[in-house]
Amino acid sequence: MLAEVLLIAGKDLRIEKRSKIALNQVAPFAILIVILFGFALNADRPALTTFTPGLYWVTILLASVLAVHRSVAVEAGEGAREGLLLTGIRPSSIFLGKAAALIAQILLVAVVLLGAVIIFYDARIDNGVLLVTSLIAAVLGVGAAGTLYGALLGAQRARETVLPILLLPVLAPVLIAATRAFGDAMGTVATDGWAWTSLLFSFAALYIALGIASHGVLMEEN
Amino acid sequence: MANTKTSAVTNTMPSLPGPRADSIGTGSRTTRILGVVLILGIGLWLFLAFGPSGPDIRIDGTSGQEIGQFDAFRLIYVHVPAAITAYLAFFVTAVGSAMVLIKRSVWWDLVAGASAEIGALSAALTLITGSIWGRPIWNTWWEWGDVRLLTMLVLFMLSIGYLAIRRLEGTAEERARRSAIVGLLLVVNVVIVNRSVEWWASQTIHQNSTIAEAAIDGLKAFTLFFSIVLGVGLYVWMMIHRFRLAWLERQFDRFGLDDALATRRAEATTVLDGRDPHGRDRVEGERP
Repeated sequence: MLAEVLLIAGKDLRIEKRSKIALNQVAPFAILIVILFGFALNADRPALTTFTPGLYWVTILLASVLAVHRSVAVEAGEGAREGLLLTGIRPSSIFLGKAAALIAQILLVAVVLLGAVIIFYDARIDNGVLLVTSLIAAVLGVGAAGTLYGALLGAQRARETVLPILLLPVLAPVLIAATRAFGDAMGTVATDGWAWTSLLFSFAALYIALGIASHGVLMEEN
Repeated sequence: MANTKTSAVTNTMPSLPGPRADSIGTGSRTTRILGVVLILGIGLWLFLAFGPSGPDIRIDGTSGQEIGQFDAFRLIYVHVPAAITAYLAFFVTAVGSAMVLIKRSVWWDLVAGASAEIGALSAALTLITGSIWGRPIWNTWWEWGDVRLLTMLVLFMLSIGYLAIRRLEGTAEERARRSAIVGLLLVVNVVIVNRSVEWWASQTIHQNSTIAEAAIDGLKAFTLFFSIVLGVGLYVWMMIHRFRLAWLERQFDRFGLDDALATRRAEATTVLDGRDPHGRDRVEGERP
């Protein structure tokens, strides 16, 4: 099981290593949004600092949509999906492997973006442990839900427009919880960040379970 | 409909429920009777809501001034039935989705889809009337601190996503199963949204106990009750029509075009050259 998961994750990460889509396209896109927010909010430093958690997570969600597209596109053409199924690897392992690779890429973007908001928005980090824990929890949820809904849409032509309107409302709880947890960690909101982090972990666990349970059906559908 | 895939020509209609294959509309005696009853009901509802049910005016115990929601209160006769219908509709969609996966049933797939459309409409109506009501009463079009408001909004957005999923390409069976899975996933998601929003907003200003607090009694209570019954009745009427339309669309996708082509071609060619309407050599005993 673990070997299969690592095999699938390794495949996707190797493709990323050679194509560098996440690093050279998705991460710059995320930084670009952060800069655009700076223009839109009139470079108001106190406002930017106050709203850093929210702006950060909206940016991550938008960038994640791109990352999910990329993750699906890897298997979209040339019967690659059928090929993957024919390897005999269990669908649940395929799900976990694809999710792991996606999570790793979103984490990469998230770390780059964290540097960007520290530079552009004067974000301060009061509680590093909380920040890192909630970041990982949130990205786990985004990656699991993204992989699940990505697989659902598969090679559909309408994927580019349908994925955002489906995935973004689904991820609304992650946005709420991650923004709150970051607010606590960055000292902009007085709230219990750890409670929100546990909500993030619950969301992630739920979507990982749903993905494992339903991926077999989904892979055969599209 | 995006699905233009057609199956083999057949002249036998499957024994699915719905109007007769040669009927042009989606109406039947049941829907016509129900429709007339509902129109009469709407008349009575309008009369009650605008007329004798009266505005919400109470006398403040200490100051003796008139307080209450006045005429804005009358929006409750749209808002509450719409909200109840929305929840009912999405519940039916969830049940339909489960039944599709359990029984592999086309019927339930069409029910789930029809119900989701009406649910989206009702949810939109709930949000719009709530917003119009909130302007004079809460002094804002939108209240971010209200759990039910936010849940309904996310529910509405998710239903839009679900309806988009239903329109994706694929065979009818693929689309049915895919939609059913999304339908069930979204049910789970709505629960999480509700919990997280509740936590986030921490306090609500929604009228939890309007019925107890705003002195809904007598004719007001009856009008509200009547409007809920009317709302559910309208839901049933729309469901029947929407379901039948979906069923006819499905028939058309599967048989309609082939049948029409075959009939036209048959008129022109079959007798002349002994080939079937598709131009293939005819197999002995096969009907054109």
